Amino acid sequence: MKISAFHLMPYRELPADFEKRYESVWVTPPWWELADARRVGQYYNWTLDELTYAAKCGFDGVCTNEHHQNAYGFMPSPNLMGSVLARATNDTDVAIVQMGATLPTSNPPLRVAEEYAMLDCISGGRLVAGLPLGSPMDVNLCYGITPMEHRERYREAFALTLKAWQAREVFSWNGRYFQLATVNLWPRPIQEPHPPVWVPGSGSVSTFDFAVEHDVCYCFLSYSGAKSAKTMMDGYWRVVEQKGRDLNPYRAGFLQLVVVAESDARAEEKFARHVEYFYHKCLHVPGMWFSPPGNQDYRSLVATMSNPVRRAENPKNLRYRDFVDKGYVIAGSPATVRDRLKEEVIQGLHVGNLMVLLQIGSMPHELALENIDVFGREVLPGLRPVWDDEGWVNHWWPERLRQRAQPSMAVAAGGA
Amino acid sequence: MSAAVGTTSASEVQERSFAVWQERVRIRVLSKGRGPSLVFFHGPWGLTWDPFLDELAQQFTVYAPEHPGTTPDAQDDVYHLDGLWDLVLCYDELMSALGITSAVLVGHSFGGMVACELAAAYPDRTRRQALIAPLGFWRDPDRIVNWMMLEPGELRRHIFRDPECDAAHRMFPRADGHEAEAAAARVRMIWAMGTTGKFIWPIPDKGLKKRIHRVGAPTLLVWGREDRLVPPVYAEEFAGRLRAARVQIVEDVGHAPQLEQPTTVARVVREFLGQ
Repeated sequence: MKISAFHLMPYRELPADFEKRYESVWVTPPWWELADARRVGQYYNWTLDELTYAAKCGFDGVCTNEHHQNAYGFMPSPNLMGSVLARATNDTDVAIVQMGATLPTSNPPLRVAEEYAMLDCISGGRLVAGLPLGSPMDVNLCYGITPMEHRERYREAFALTLKAWQAREVFSWNGRYFQLATVNLWPRPIQEPHPPVWVPGSGSVSTFDFAVEHDVCYCFLSYSGAKSAKTMMDGYWRVVEQKGRDLNPYRAGFLQLVVVAESDARAEEKFARHVEYFYHKCLHVPGMWFSPPGNQDYRSLVATMSNPVRRAENPKNLRYRDFVDKGYVIAGSPATVRDRLKEEVIQGLHVGNLMVLLQIGSMPHELALENIDVFGREVLPGLRPVWDDEGWVNHWWPERLRQRAQPSMAVAAGGA
Repeated sequence: MSAAVGTTSASEVQERSFAVWQERVRIRVLSKGRGPSLVFFHGPWGLTWDPFLDELAQQFTVYAPEHPGTTPDAQDDVYHLDGLWDLVLCYDELMSALGITSAVLVGHSFGGMVACELAAAYPDRTRRQALIAPLGFWRDPDRIVNWMMLEPGELRRHIFRDPECDAAHRMFPRADGHEAEAAAARVRMIWAMGTTGKFIWPIPDKGLKKRIHRVGAPTLLVWGREDRLVPPVYAEEFAGRLRAARVQIVEDVGHAPQLEQPTTVARVVREFLGQ
């Protein structure tokens, strides 16, 4: 089992009536009314400290990601963050998991190939190369990419990136969206033939197909927990099987929100309002924005419209206990959290690469460190061996870190 | 013939399909009427044969092509077009296939922009044109609402001055026990917005201002006084740049004047085009 600490870098101090006063947390929230640059500088440094602390606490990887024009999670450049983390963790066996830089908005996308190669060089070959499509809010609404071209651009950029890392000769790329007469990447990644690739998705069938065909790790980034992800992930594993791949659990990644404390009751006392802040404010986005016309191809559109499946519940109607009951958040004592993660997420979804979100919404720095610390000491060691007796190889993890026998370092709570 | 459903004259509407662009783009053309050729370019919500087109067909032979990708069973053909230049060339090929050397053009919204682009690219093909609330320009103080991102109810209120009018009900059919039909209508509308949006995202100004001087055809601009999508001030952008333009503001209608007041708008358009 590989377990990584994920971070969104949200704005932690939105007003109490944010979701009533403003249209959306994404694309249009007014910076000058809501935010303060000095405070944001503090957030970035806290975020880096929290992830560095997770590395010290024995997590296998630290994850950053790219989003734009929002208060939900604003690392517009995950590679700036990843670069700091790579340098700060050079004495550890922690993977730098970039979940990651968005190909369709990088022009040319070689920029992502170059920066990932830099990160792999700086970290001594510890990079996991997440290659996300990017959300419609980021790619279509903030960065102006035509919805109908979003996936085509992604596929072309993906192929170009993989080739740029590996080609032994200078080559030309005469693509539909990108034309480059002389491609000759400097630097190249340390890992050969290239760093492990993860493709994050939110359950679209075309992304399953793409991930399995390219033999990469598919990561379901969900905020609705394992129960609602079950059908989707079962669908993924069916595709894996149909396409003749093995059922290696490391082909799948999953993101889970987790809060852990001395007891279930203490977890509620400490974390309830931060969890509610996340679901009520950080996910406050008009539904249409998730699917601009043309972003889904015609077949998928017909499938979605003719089968209005599990129209996700409106999280604004739910409270902390609902989120916990439904598994959106796994919360409670170390034993509760460990057992639920193991049964519902790891075994339930057949997942080898788990990501946990431990700083959630308005959670302040000290409390985030505490959550990371308790998880690292009392939950993580019990989960790490889950798949060991089955003998799978995690081909989607940096090779030099695969055999890590990682005793959690003894770090005092909040002691970063 | 699905395109004619809901009209009283379905049987008279002809339907022909053409394959242009190295036969990769299939376009269905609805046509009706007698007289000089008139080509109608529909807006972002797809083509439906409507009373306005019936009125035009009394004086013209109306040809109404479906925007690439909106023709049934040819949805993916739109992926063969990379941009506006490809689209304009496609329509040039289509006019040749229809045997039309020159015609009068009518376009609504997105289709108005397409008509004007065609008139700029091929000035000799366009004798006169009537543009109904056309896209094509952008003014920062008068930002055009991105209709593609509106919820269906909001979209309806943005297109129509009276969202309860018959035309609004035809465009947004109620489910009322016909869930499958309502879902199919929603799919058609979303896909029509996607395939037209491909040529104008994220701002519907794709350089018409550099080309519009080439238009020689006298142009009528029809605008709804209460257009909530493309405000009537945009008429000035066109009128100021065209050699011969007349602006007709229609009271009590929104972004689809020809749907809310088909008789009035058809009369104005026919008078102008028939001159």
